[in-house]
Amino acid sequence: MLQIKNLHAKIEDGAEILKGINLEIKPGEVHAIMGPNGAGKSTLSSVIAGKEDYEVTEGEILFEGEEIGEDAPEERAHKGIFLSFQYPVEIPGVTVTNFIKAALNETRKANGLEEMGAKEMLGLIRENSEKLGIRKDFLSRSLNEGFSGGEKKRNEIFQMMMLNPKLAILDETDSGLDIDALRIVADGVNKFRSEGNAVLLITHYQRLLNYIQPDFVHVLADGKIIKTGDKSLALELEEKGYDWLLN
Amino acid sequence: MSKYTEDDLRVDLENKKYEFGFETDIEYEDFPTGLNEDIIRAISAKKEEPEWMTDWRLESFRIWLKMTEPNWANIKYQKPDFQAIRYYAAPKAKPELASLDEVDPELLKTFAKLGINIEEQKRLANVAVDIVVDSVSVKTTFQETLREKGIIFCSISEAIKEHPDLVKQYLGKVVPRGDNFYAALNSAVFSDGSFCYIPKGVRCPMELSTYFRINQSGTGQFERTLVIADEGSYVSYLEGCTAPSRDENQLHAAVVELIALDDAEIKYSTVQNWYPGNEEGKGGVFNFVTKRGLCERNAKISWTQVETGSAVTWKYPSCILKGDNSVGEFYSIAVTNNHQYADTGTKMIHIGKNTRSTIISKGISAGKSNNSYRGLVKVMPTAKGARNFSQCDSLLMGNECGAHTFPYIEIKDPTAQLEHEATTSKIGEDQIFYCNQRGIDTERAIALIVNGFSKEVLNKLPMEFAIEAQKLLEISLEGSVG
Repeated sequence: MLQIKNLHAKIEDGAEILKGINLEIKPGEVHAIMGPNGAGKSTLSSVIAGKEDYEVTEGEILFEGEEIGEDAPEERAHKGIFLSFQYPVEIPGVTVTNFIKAALNETRKANGLEEMGAKEMLGLIRENSEKLGIRKDFLSRSLNEGFSGGEKKRNEIFQMMMLNPKLAILDETDSGLDIDALRIVADGVNKFRSEGNAVLLITHYQRLLNYIQPDFVHVLADGKIIKTGDKSLALELEEKGYDWLLN
Repeated sequence: MSKYTEDDLRVDLENKKYEFGFETDIEYEDFPTGLNEDIIRAISAKKEEPEWMTDWRLESFRIWLKMTEPNWANIKYQKPDFQAIRYYAAPKAKPELASLDEVDPELLKTFAKLGINIEEQKRLANVAVDIVVDSVSVKTTFQETLREKGIIFCSISEAIKEHPDLVKQYLGKVVPRGDNFYAALNSAVFSDGSFCYIPKGVRCPMELSTYFRINQSGTGQFERTLVIADEGSYVSYLEGCTAPSRDENQLHAAVVELIALDDAEIKYSTVQNWYPGNEEGKGGVFNFVTKRGLCERNAKISWTQVETGSAVTWKYPSCILKGDNSVGEFYSIAVTNNHQYADTGTKMIHIGKNTRSTIISKGISAGKSNNSYRGLVKVMPTAKGARNFSQCDSLLMGNECGAHTFPYIEIKDPTAQLEHEATTSKIGEDQIFYCNQRGIDTERAIALIVNGFSKEVLNKLPMEFAIEAQKLLEISLEGSVG
């Protein structure tokens, strides 16, 4: 589904952050990327999503066999790439419902589908919000405005379930969550998982991986994947830290 | 009026040039340019006005001569040469029209381009429209329904002839002739406008609506509107404006007076979309407007405005809360782009006891424009227990525009309670990227963010107007980020 080949990227007019990433994610798989602060984890997710602040200097990103390096962020979204933000932004005056409605319909239109009817939309919203224990009044609040950390992350996962992407990248989704919120969010991701889609988890801590079982764990350090293993690698990292890999 | 869909918006966005930039080829009957007492007498004679009206105009002119153009506003423009302006232009005199069939087909075409389908409006929108094309009212609809209720809705010229007592009693009462430079000028040369009277206890069954349109090169437009809501009555009045694009600056100096007698309520909504000038700041309408309402006991006046057009806007719809327990409201969205200047806000003058006022102002600046909120809350010694809430929010797009807030407060009574909140924010690249990532392109993202920002005010507009306003906001800001 996603193939990243020798990817180098830098901040516009700045330092190189990704220094030759290779990664392949197949349908049905869950990959976790772990690593110390400043390793380039969030940069990698931003580059895959197409954030303009970064410049790809070498290598390529293929999504379902197609090079997407030149695509605008919304085009990548239309193709089925979803990024759950570490720090979701506030949009005052735009309700959770209105925002997801716009997002879903824009994506449908881009894929040659009719806009979803109000009844169907409401049904889908109800179904997904129930899965995440989201209350009705939450849906009519302004997007992320005054949300707690847990509410923001839950809202990200809610949007993911509504948009039903092929590839979901979860950037530090576990940060700022208490144990109950973490369980709800992880539960949502597990319900979302299927044979047809894939998940890329970006995290500092092994904690999330107790709830979402990865097929592969990669260690990213100084812009490169320096080690790949199965979920036992995460436990080892928890115990030993990153230093033994770096030297 | 057919429904405006997002797809229509998309098409509009693709065509970002001022969409109403066309001229109608109608025969005009013009006066020479310039202003003196003879011109004023000629305007008055042309309109077959009674002598008292002619005298009123002449007196206004004499007042105006002694005044100077104000320069305290945060606006920059080339001051007009008032002797180079043509003060009267009207479609050539025609016999009274009984039906639409008799209206000049060219004019009907103009209406069609503006999307005003009078027939459909009659049937669907339940709106009586008094269309003003360059100063003379051409056609009024729904007169019958209104007449049954005793409501008078006609051109001000007609009112001067048919209802002189009402006009004499109220004209210039809220905005005196010497109130300010532009109001004095308007009082001297006003060409036409609307008049509305709602009798005691009557709730006007439909939104009253006037479409103004400036339609001839070099013609200043001096509209005069007078709305009187008698005791216990209610009226909602809509004012929507478009003008064709021009190279020359056009002066517009309107006066609107509202009178809400005891227990009456007036809702006055405006969508203003005059030509803002081109991207270099050339051309565009100068909009110097005086709007003010007087509230008697328990009366309420709400001003709602969406200002997207004009090169320069100087406008402060205000409320004089004279009667005890009266209420004044001001809800405003002002958008400036390219080289536009807007200096707009309100004055709430609390005179009666327990008077309340609310001010919600949303300013959106883009391009190289400057957008200022200027508001006065004044509490007189008589206004025991007066309350005011003001909220001024500014949204900036890009790095070259300006947002300014000038709140003035004068309190002469210690029991007054005032709250003032203000925020300034910028549409951030992070917000745009977040929307993009969810499949929403930048244009739609801006529309979404701006609509969210403006929602509190948009919600105050009547439904059909709110849709038009939303569309205008989006068109006005097209291409201003990214």
